[in-house]
Parts: sequence; C-alpha cells; structure tokens
Amino acid sequence: MLNKSYYLIPIISIIIGISFWIGFSVNLLPEEASINAPIYDELFKILFIIGLILFIGMTALVIYSLFKFRKKEGEFGDGIALEGNLSLEIIWTVIPSIIVLFVGIYSYNIYDRMGGMNELNHNHANMNANDEKIWAGISQGNNSNSGLGETAIEVSAMQFAFLFNYPQGEFISGELHVPVDQEISIKMESKDVIHAFWIPEFRIKQDIIPGQPTILNFTPTRIGKYPIICAELCGPYHGGMRASIIVEDKSDYEKWFNQNNKTNL
Amino acid sequence: MTILIDNKTKVKESLQPKGFLRYFSFSLDHKVIGIQYLVCGFLFYLVGGTLASAIRIELISPLSDFLPRDVYNQVLTLHGTIMIFLWIVPVVNGAFGNYLIPFYVGARDMAFPRLNAVAFWLIPPSGLMLIASYFIEGAAQSGWTAYPPLSITTPQSGQIIWILSVLLLGGSSIFGGINFIVTILKLRRPGLKLMNLPMYCWAMLGTSILVVLSTPVLAGTLILLSFDIVAHTGFFNPALGGNVVVYQHLFWFYSHPAVYIMVLPAFGLVSEILPIHCRKPLFGYTTMVFSIMGIVVLGLVVWAHHMFTSGTPPWMRLFFTIATAFIAVPTGIKFFNWVATMWGGKISLNSAMLFSCGFIINFVFGGITGVALAQVPFDIHVHDTYFVVAHFHYIVYGGSVFVIFSSIYHWYPKVVGKILNENLGYLHFALTFIGFNLCFAPQHWLGLNGMPRRVAEYDPQFQFVNQISSIGALLMAISTIPFLINIFISFKKGKIAGNNPWNGLTPEWLTTSPPPVENWEGEAPLVNEPYGYGKDYLSCK
Repeated sequence: MLNKSYYLIPIISIIIGISFWIGFSVNLLPEEASINAPIYDELFKILFIIGLILFIGMTALVIYSLFKFRKKEGEFGDGIALEGNLSLEIIWTVIPSIIVLFVGIYSYNIYDRMGGMNELNHNHANMNANDEKIWAGISQGNNSNSGLGETAIEVSAMQFAFLFNYPQGEFISGELHVPVDQEISIKMESKDVIHAFWIPEFRIKQDIIPGQPTILNFTPTRIGKYPIICAELCGPYHGGMRASIIVEDKSDYEKWFNQNNKTNL
Repeated sequence: MTILIDNKTKVKESLQPKGFLRYFSFSLDHKVIGIQYLVCGFLFYLVGGTLASAIRIELISPLSDFLPRDVYNQVLTLHGTIMIFLWIVPVVNGAFGNYLIPFYVGARDMAFPRLNAVAFWLIPPSGLMLIASYFIEGAAQSGWTAYPPLSITTPQSGQIIWILSVLLLGGSSIFGGINFIVTILKLRRPGLKLMNLPMYCWAMLGTSILVVLSTPVLAGTLILLSFDIVAHTGFFNPALGGNVVVYQHLFWFYSHPAVYIMVLPAFGLVSEILPIHCRKPLFGYTTMVFSIMGIVVLGLVVWAHHMFTSGTPPWMRLFFTIATAFIAVPTGIKFFNWVATMWGGKISLNSAMLFSCGFIINFVFGGITGVALAQVPFDIHVHDTYFVVAHFHYIVYGGSVFVIFSSIYHWYPKVVGKILNENLGYLHFALTFIGFNLCFAPQHWLGLNGMPRRVAEYDPQFQFVNQISSIGALLMAISTIPFLINIFISFKKGKIAGNNPWNGLTPEWLTTSPPPVENWEGEAPLVNEPYGYGKDYLSCK
C-alpha cells in the first residue's frame, strides 16, 4: 500500500481542489448582519472545507475498495493476512490529531474575536452579596467588561413572548429596535421556563434562564428586520415564540426611541 | 480464575419451556434473552418510527395543523425516549451482547442468568407504561431531556411516569452492564487471553463501564426531579432557589456517554462483520482496543458541550471543546482500520456488508459535523436547531441502526438456521440509505438558516426543504416492509444456512445453527485467532 503511494498524490490533490471549490462556491448560511457573522462564516468555511476533504476522501476510499476488492464469481479463499501496519496506524493517529488541534486552536481564536473569552462580571472575589451575578453570555468589544453598560436593554422572556425593556426611556416594547453599527448589550432573564434568544443572521444564541441572568453583546451591521427565535423547547407554542429585531440608522432609531420615551413626559 | 455455572442453574435450565413458548417465558438462556431483547426492541422501533412519521407529516406544512400542539410535544418526547431507551440501547447492548458474548468468551451462559432475565423483563412493562401515560393525562411533553422548569410545570402524571419508566430502563441497563463486565472478565474459557477476544467483547466491556459509571447519575438526577414535581422541593426549581443548569450538567453526564453506549457496541459489531465478509483479519487489533478505551475515558468528560449556550463560563466551554474534538482521533483510527480491513480483501457485497459500508459513510458524515459542533463559536449558532437534529440522527440512525440491520443480516443464519433473501436485502438497503440521507441531509441547511428543533410550525421559506425531508422519512418507513417480509419469508422458506454460511472463525460459527442450549455439544473451542483469515484455518479443518 505504501509503495504505491505516489498514485495518491494527484487523487488527494483533486479531492482537496474539489473541496475548496465547493467550500468557496456554495453558501449554506443566511445573510450576514452583525460583526459576528463574517467571523462565524470564516470558521464555517474552514470547517466545511476540511469536512468535505475528509468526507469525500473516506467515501471514495470505501467505494473504491468495494469495487476493487470485490470477490469475483466462483472465487474462493481469503484476502491477504495483513493484521496491521504500525507506521500507517501512527500516520492516521497523528494526522487527525493535528487537524483536531488546528481546528481547536483556530476556533478558540474565532471565539475570542467574537468576544466569548471576555470577562463578564465574574470577579467573584470582590463581589458584594447584593451585586448581581451574570452567569454567562458573550460580550464583545473592550468597553463592555461589566457587560451591563448604561445602554443595556433588558429582555424578559415568558411563555410565549419576548419583551424588551428600555430602562433609559422607561418603556417596554414588543420589538427590539437597535441602531446600526453600535454595540448593543442586552441582559436577559426568564419569567418561567428556559428560553433561548437566537438571531440566525447575527449568528448568536444564548439561553434565557430563570433565576440566572445572562447577557449578550452584539453589533448589528446591516439595516433591516430580522427574526428573534426561541430555540429552547418551552411549551406547546414554542414554535410560535418569535419576535423581531429592527436594525435602523441612528436617526430613525432616535426618532422611534423618542416617540416611546416616557421620561420626557 | 474462571467461574463455572453451578449445577442448580443447569437443572433450572431443563425446566424452562421448550419451543416457541420459551421466548415468552422467564428464560435464563442467554440466546433466548438476546432474541427477546431484539424482537421487543424492534416492536418499540415500529412505535417510535410511527411517531417520527407523525412529526414529519406535521412538518410538511409550515403551520401547526396535523397534531394538537401539546400532543406534538408528547410525540417528540416519546419518539426520542423510545428510540434511545427501548430500541437502540437495549438492542446493541442487550440483544447482540447477550447472544454473542457468552460464545465469544467460551461460556455456556452469562455470569448471572437470573439477573439477565430480570434486566430484560424490566423493559416491556416500562415501555408499555411509558406509552400508556399518553392515555392518562397525556405523556411527558418536555422532550427526552426533560429540562426543568418545563418538566416541573407541564402535566405531572405524564412526567412522573416518564421518570419511573426511564429509571426502570436505566436499572435494566445497569444490571446488563454488570453482567457483561463480569462475564467478559471472569467467565472466559481457560486459555483465552483478553487480547485474543473478538473486538465486540472489548466494545461491550467499554460500553458496560460507561453504563455502570454514568447511569446511576441519571437515576439520582431523575429522582430529585421527581421530588421537585410531586413534593415541591427546590433542587432544580428556580422559584424555590433551585438551579436549572445543575440539572443539565447531571443529565448530560449520563446522556452524552449514552451516545457511546449506543455507538460503541455498533463499532464492535462492525468489527465482527467486516473481517468475515472481506476475508481479511481485522486491521490493527491493538489500536482498536486502545481507541475503544480512549473513547470511554474521553466520553466521560465531554458532557458540557451540550450546554454551550446555557450558563457556562468561558473556560469551561473551552475545555469541553478540546475534549470533544479529541474524540475524533480514536474514532478516526477505527474508521481507517475498517477501511484497511477492506483493502486487499475478497469482499462479498451482500446485505450485511452493504449496511456496514452505509454505516461507515453515514458515520463519517455525522462525525465531521460532530467535530464542527464541538467548536463553541460554531455551536452557538446551530445549537438547538435542525442542524443538531440532523447530526445526531447521522450518529444514532446512520450509525447504530444501520449496524443493527447489518447484524441482523449477518447473524440471522446462526439464530434461525436459514439465510435471509439477498434481493429483498438489497431493496431494504437501497430504500433505507436513500430515504435516510434524503430525510436528514437537508436538515443541516434548515438548522443553519434558522429553523429551531422541536417546533410544529416554521417559516414558509423552509417548506420545500422540509417536504424533501418528509419524502425521505416516507422512504424510510416503506423500507421496513421488505425487511419484515424478508424476516418472515426466510423463516419459512429461506435457504438452509448450515453451521457456518460465511466461513467465519469467531466462536459462534463453530457450533450448530441454531446453537444447542449449552452452546456447544462438547467443550467450548479455544479460538485464539478470531480473525485469522488468509491463514488457511478453514481448509485445514
């Protein structure tokens, strides 16, 4: 098997070529509408290409073996009594380990760029009993260490709706309005069971957990209306638990905000 | 070192009913118990499959219009629970384990025959109880994961019956696990070394270790959950100061290993089937053994990858990403070893072999999406979506269920003494393979583009792809028909198999078909090279 390995070079190159071609020409993902989305799609593309190479390669190997080594009509007897090959076995332990390690380190980098490794307010040693504890989330950018700036919008989830509370304006909305290109911080808490806050176009999701506030920071980059979807089974109307996020430019957002603002009254 | 079955057991054995009736009795014969597990599991598979069809019918249209909403949630809960706890786990472990392990270790029965029978007879009542709960106040409707607080707030009777039935099934699983560990380690025929055992023994040893270590955690968790439901304690109820995320940790501490409990035995079965039909020794026996044990160890420390969007701190997400991704290494070794087993062989492309190859291809696909899902940033977008649904069906259906069918084609001649019809087998494979991929491959796209799992209604833009998926499900449902016809027709009119139709070298082929109650007429043969193909063992005889 090894002494014929020069045959493999063109075949592997073709498989890699096809995988790259498919990886770059097929888009399986929805619109990119936050600064997370292109980072996510970069990771997806890399994983998709590596996955295609492995899948096409393995499938081709299985199908080729089935045809090449098929027992002929009337043929008896066994194949070669080959019980193992240490160098081959080392190769297919080491190569997958390298791939997995690469993917792990690369996705760590992606996660860090998404803000996943940023501290929430997890500084438990200096916490007072009254300080609110944030359990989880993704925070983005440098100035959001607290995760709860003055601009935080409070999301409360209940069977089967999301409500968005704008503390600065002291009003509650059924739609999430946000200005484009600005970092948004939301603090989420559930009134009853576990829900999840998912915007596919933003590539973010975070469970909304009763008794444990979670945060999510994101920066929308494209004006438009996108669905907010509950992704955690929450009861009979789970499939209908949706809301919308409306990303608008700053002036439109301010107009909407001032229309609803109750502190002006 | 070895323990012999005491004489009392043998006397009891002779008092067992004979003929067909013994399959309905408290039989102590491991072969009878194995068949009981298989047939019982298959009947539950038909129930679970019917529920799956109901789900796919509901999803033909974007509106919730086929089932009432709460019934839909009961259907998906029952579908998951039945397929896992009543079909795959009992069949890949209980059915094939019971039938094959005593042959492989050269014993006349399992180490604890009565415990073995108890383990089986726990299954039918708990399964029936689970299904019957639908007719009381409705079955459980919080998914097979039963996350609180949803499981605490939905109607109580269904959830409590669900917990009781999963506890009984878990108990059955633990009894089976203890039995397999003791049988493999202590009941080996004198002279038979551990490293000469057929690979399925190693797979069952690893699986049973996982069962014994992790199932009690699920049991404890569900007991606490039941206290929360009936006694209004506050272990997991946030309204009473409980913590819902702790439940998820405890639940997945069992339920991720459960994936390996479903899939490691399948790896073992494929390792038995491939060498025989490829006429070649199993490639890399030692690395196979180490990779099984590697999967067992890693499988215990990856559970939180199901909780990347729950409340978990960043460092924990990172640890579980790396641990999960590394499972791909031992799994990859096994795949390369299987392909190397095929390489240079003389392959008979029969139904058993087709299903095994289908398994390899499906499982590679599911494994690749699994490594992707292990990456936190990737998972955050697709968690709890149809991408995940597609991924795990590639593992448990494309993996385990394909292997179950492969094994039925492979061992039916031993159990019944007749060979299954190959043409019906090809038809069964073609329908299953095409139907399965048509059903589940498009679901990856659905998940990536915004369709969450466990919903009865969805965006109209997803209708076309959902309809394709439903057509695939229909093909899968139809594929059961040629299989069932084959089983019954071959039972009556099938070609006589003889003792060793595939010219196998593993011990079960060295006795009559069907085997006698004591497994061998005389002493158990000592098989030190269960994969000694290409060495003229058969022509020497």
